Amino acid sequence: MKFTVQVNEGPYQHQASDSAYLFAKAALEKGHEIYRIFFYHDGVNNGTRLTKPPQDDRNIVNRWSELAEQHNLDLVICVAAAQRRGIADADEAKRNGKDADNIAPGFRISGLGQLIEGGIQSDRLVVFGD
Amino acid sequence: MLHTVNKSPFEKNSLDTCLAHAKEGSAILLIEDGVYGATKGTAVSNKVQEAMSKFTVYALEPDVKLRGVADKVMDGVKLVDYAGFVDLAVENDKVQAWL
Amino acid sequence: MMGGEVKKFLYMNRKAPYGTVYALESLEVVLIGAAFEQDVTLVFLDDGVYQLIKGQDNSDSEMKNFSPTYRALEMYDVEKLYVGKEALEMRGLTEEDLLVDVEVKTADEIRDLMEEMDVVLSF
Repeated sequence: MKFTVQVNEGPYQHQASDSAYLFAKAALEKGHEIYRIFFYHDGVNNGTRLTKPPQDDRNIVNRWSELAEQHNLDLVICVAAAQRRGIADADEAKRNGKDADNIAPGFRISGLGQLIEGGIQSDRLVVFGD
Repeated sequence: MLHTVNKSPFEKNSLDTCLAHAKEGSAILLIEDGVYGATKGTAVSNKVQEAMSKFTVYALEPDVKLRGVADKVMDGVKLVDYAGFVDLAVENDKVQAWL
Repeated sequence: MMGGEVKKFLYMNRKAPYGTVYALESLEVVLIGAAFEQDVTLVFLDDGVYQLIKGQDNSDSEMKNFSPTYRALEMYDVEKLYVGKEALEMRGLTEEDLLVDVEVKTADEIRDLMEEMDVVLSF
């Protein structure tokens, strides 16, 4: 079965991102397809490579990047939400005259249409938020 | 239809709204702080007990264990792991998250 | 725009505006989603009904008043707006307090409506 997962909260602040990750991992382990993981609201903060959690804690951002690499996942960060919160890839940084980008490997920035399209193309949309 | 509730019933009304809008026979899965709603002897236990005659109530076991309430889960609440969560999402035609 | 499959999308709005960004950003999804020509329904329950209240005034505040956008939804062919009867009553509100035409529905009616949907986006 094909899933799209929506993540509405940032890492560490709220469990939503952990729940979404463990759900996605379990779905993949069961042989399902994750069509897309869409990061919205503060969820866009899951995609900054500049996080540095303490050694004894999980690394939420790296965990997403690794899962994306292993399973060729489409991790999409909403552009409008990202601009508000300062998440940028090289193109976005250049377009908006910013001096740096911070997007983590495996993530891409795109429009809200990707969420709707995920809802259309997938058998199930599962939302994790606050 | 699968309903998920991730809020403590002592803080937010997500569980109440879920119970008021879920169709008889629905699956309700308590996750994150929602799992406190599955515990015995609370101010909402009777409500949840009653709900179990209309719905199947599940709680996400990793979240129950994490919060130290594994020995307080009400009889009749079914514990599932993340694989079980995925199965519920597959078995039901859609998922509504009561945030 | 996309052509092909049309699904029934439900936007479930249960959060008050301003205190958190969910209401504003969920409205942005609705507007973008309209271009996909899906069958769209908006439901407002719990504090979500406060999104639609008349008289929102940001003149002494620096926050964006996005309430006029609800009135523009019609132009995007988003016409099915349903408000929970119990949610309104609990907050001492009536349809007259709202800035757009809505249909007030009981929990029983909303329950049936939800069953018909294909995709639920929750905010």
